[in-house]
Amino acid sequence: MPFIPHTEEDIRAMLESIGANTIDDLFDEIPAALKTGTLKGVPPGLNEMEISRLMLERSEADGRYFNFIGAGAYEHHIPAAVWQITTRGEFYSSYTPYQAEASQGSLQLLYEYQTMMASLTGMDVSNASMYDGASALAEAALMAVRSHKSSRRILMPATIHPVYRSVVRTIVKNQGIEVIELPYCRQSGQTLPESLDEFGQEEFAALVIPQPNFFGVLEQVDALTDWAHSKNALAIGVVNPMALAMLTPPGEWGGKGADIAVGEGQPLGIPLSSGGPYFGFMACKQALVRQMPGRIIGRTTDQDGKPGFVLTLQAREQHIRRSKATSNICTNQGLMVTAATIYMALTGPDGLRRIAVQSHANILALLEKLEPLKGVKRIFSGPVFHEAAVALPAPVDDVLRMLKGKQILGGLNLKEYYPELGNTVLICATETKTAADLGNYANHLGQALDNISSVNSRATSATSLST
Amino acid sequence: MLIFEHSRPGRRNYSQSPATAAETGNIPQNLLRKRPPLLPEVSEMDAVRHYTRLSQKNFSIDTQFYPLGSCTMKYNPRACNSLAMLPPFLARHPRAPESTGQGFLACMYELQEILKDVTGMAGVSLTPMAGAQGELIGIAMIRAYHESRGDAARTEIIVPDAAHGTNPATAVMCGYKVVEISTDKEGDVDMEALKAAVGPQTAGLMLTNPSTLGVFEKNVAEMSRVVHQAGGLLYYDGANLNAILGKVKPGDMGFDVIHINLHKTFSTPHGGGGPGSAPVGVGKRLLPFMPVPVVAFEKGAYRWLAEKDIPQSIGRLSAHMGNAGVLLRAYVYVRLLGEEGMHRVAEFATLNANYLMAELSKAGFEIAYPTRRASHEFIVTLKDLKEKTGVTAMNVAKRLLDKGYHAPTTYFPLLVPECLLIEPAETESKETLDAFVASMKEILEEAHTQPEMVKGAPHTTPVRRLDDVKAARELDLVWKQT
Repeated sequence: MPFIPHTEEDIRAMLESIGANTIDDLFDEIPAALKTGTLKGVPPGLNEMEISRLMLERSEADGRYFNFIGAGAYEHHIPAAVWQITTRGEFYSSYTPYQAEASQGSLQLLYEYQTMMASLTGMDVSNASMYDGASALAEAALMAVRSHKSSRRILMPATIHPVYRSVVRTIVKNQGIEVIELPYCRQSGQTLPESLDEFGQEEFAALVIPQPNFFGVLEQVDALTDWAHSKNALAIGVVNPMALAMLTPPGEWGGKGADIAVGEGQPLGIPLSSGGPYFGFMACKQALVRQMPGRIIGRTTDQDGKPGFVLTLQAREQHIRRSKATSNICTNQGLMVTAATIYMALTGPDGLRRIAVQSHANILALLEKLEPLKGVKRIFSGPVFHEAAVALPAPVDDVLRMLKGKQILGGLNLKEYYPELGNTVLICATETKTAADLGNYANHLGQALDNISSVNSRATSATSLST
Repeated sequence: MLIFEHSRPGRRNYSQSPATAAETGNIPQNLLRKRPPLLPEVSEMDAVRHYTRLSQKNFSIDTQFYPLGSCTMKYNPRACNSLAMLPPFLARHPRAPESTGQGFLACMYELQEILKDVTGMAGVSLTPMAGAQGELIGIAMIRAYHESRGDAARTEIIVPDAAHGTNPATAVMCGYKVVEISTDKEGDVDMEALKAAVGPQTAGLMLTNPSTLGVFEKNVAEMSRVVHQAGGLLYYDGANLNAILGKVKPGDMGFDVIHINLHKTFSTPHGGGGPGSAPVGVGKRLLPFMPVPVVAFEKGAYRWLAEKDIPQSIGRLSAHMGNAGVLLRAYVYVRLLGEEGMHRVAEFATLNANYLMAELSKAGFEIAYPTRRASHEFIVTLKDLKEKTGVTAMNVAKRLLDKGYHAPTTYFPLLVPECLLIEPAETESKETLDAFVASMKEILEEAHTQPEMVKGAPHTTPVRRLDDVKAARELDLVWKQT
């Protein structure tokens, strides 16, 4: 029996101690009518060799591609040490650190993580992580409403990741919170501060500011932050942590800095892995710390005066406050944060900056290579980090399908989320791409477009012949 | 020593970043960072040593027994980890076309089907990323159901007083008022209190069964009838599903919606507090409201169902599709168990719990509900010990750390004074349980002979009792360079 160590002799002795005849007797308080006969949908068990073979086949069936998709999940190199240490049993199989004396390893690591994230975002404090970037934004919206007290409106630019917006709606909709979408500039791809006045006439709790935004474009964060503050609202930054190695952190935006910074932590050492597990981060100004949801680690001393770490400010949490808690959140993403902390320690401030800057340089280099292609052009003028929206002269799905045939995942079709943009693809290049990879992309894109246009012209001439 | 204290300016890992530092292009100056972030400058070996040493300061399932009630700390098979971390799985982008993820999607689809069968529900969505999120979406679906029928008068969620703290917190997050009902002497929900609480204002009941008191709610069928008759729906908190896996299906008990903690019953790692994963199962009435995406198998291929396929869906919970890597681990686990192994889980979890309860009782510990069978967990109350010796449940828990055991859950459920909630899980051997009983007996003796020593525990851990009050008063949440 998998993972059950009992021998026949053990079972007999244990039942004797209990005073029961059979294991089934132990279920005698369950009404007979409720007892399940069979599990028809569960196949017979496999041994480790058999399941290994099955999983290997399935993983290989999924193939390997040169990935140029970003859209909220980014491919970066992950040092070998990161996951070798993270999957040590002492991290992998440990419980939430409620018993502080038995969890100093995880607790100290989380304190180090909080320090790194607070500094990276330019904030005073950080919590020990959230589920993912999207749910972290939802929690930031709730936090802003709690601390603002008089307004339950949140201003949300359309340049925020569309799925994040949808997750925010799912999570806050039953709490009487109104989420108002702000338009973006079709020229620059930014949320323009001067276009916001009509939305600021009524009181609002917070303005959400992405950096970079979903199009990869950098927003005018200083002006946006100051505008929110001039209306007595909070500024919530939604940021890519990798970008912060080279970009002004939210804590330094505008005159006073943003109040809350959240985002997707995946770029910091977490594999793409079909979408999860990742982790969300949340950092804020000191004044808001008691409104922050999730776990927070504090440094203190033990009874001998030795420094140590504990979960602190637990009075905010559900296991103490129950229905009056700041959130129902119970877990963080401990193991993911373990990986991210080791990743940041291995790269350091200089390494992280090099990775960010190289990613930035790679998208610029790719855009340059695409420039000669007829009908291919960047649609927004705003500066980008490592991702850009590019118009194509052909249906995006057709082009992506042809690139896939060349082992290239060419980007994300924006049509589903921004139909007004027509044939536009969102392309990302990170430090993992070589100059040859970029050239290869440009060549295959050129060929794909040629093929489509020659098919089209053949079709046109065929039509003209037949008439 | 903190990683920052190992840092030396100018030290870096040449293998871990590009050799040349590129230019920042045409980015305006005001958008560029002026000062580098406070990240450590350490060698690769320094980092490896530092974090390896930190890991050694943790208790974990791989090193210790965790009799941690309500948490199901069972062995996390290593194959689940290594097979979920096969390079093509890790490299797959969440927005890559479905045609490049048929192997991955096949695992997700089969996991959905297996979870449906095991829980007796009509549909399963894998997307919730933790138990609390599964709960949130479960209650949100109940709300969407009532609203879709134009039934706006239902404003209350009923929660037993023994419930997990997430239950009332979740109900409030969904805009409901919480009505707590009491527990009777036997540990069952007080049926009279339930009957008095239900009415046209009842949206639903949240229930954990077996309950957090470690007993099976004998009247669950009657409870289901009472709530349904009043027009409410039943929510099953899957925290204790391990106790009945393969024995009773929540769908057969009358539940309309359930969340399943994969990090408990399906052996995915707790990881020091996450990532969790909590698929939700729904009965027929809630099928139209399931969160997206859900995997479908049509015309020989797997694909994600989205909003356009499930138009009344409650929506999305994560930027992608939930904690895919955790789901892969759970998939490997269910395939290793198979049908027979699945039945065995509840059997041996229950055998271990009842044996441990019997042995601790013989050793002189007071059992909170001695006339009841233990489910996969049970409660010891140390009220008497505290009165006689001043030694509390917390002291005993901390003393267990000295003996090399993780502490049981303490002071939960709140109903039982000085309680230890003990759950051994099916993967522990009789020898481990016997050794644990022997240590508990020693502590009982120590409580009488050297109570001050027990109160001062732990003595052998990397730090001793930590000052929580100081931590909260003099907040030190980030390290500052001095």
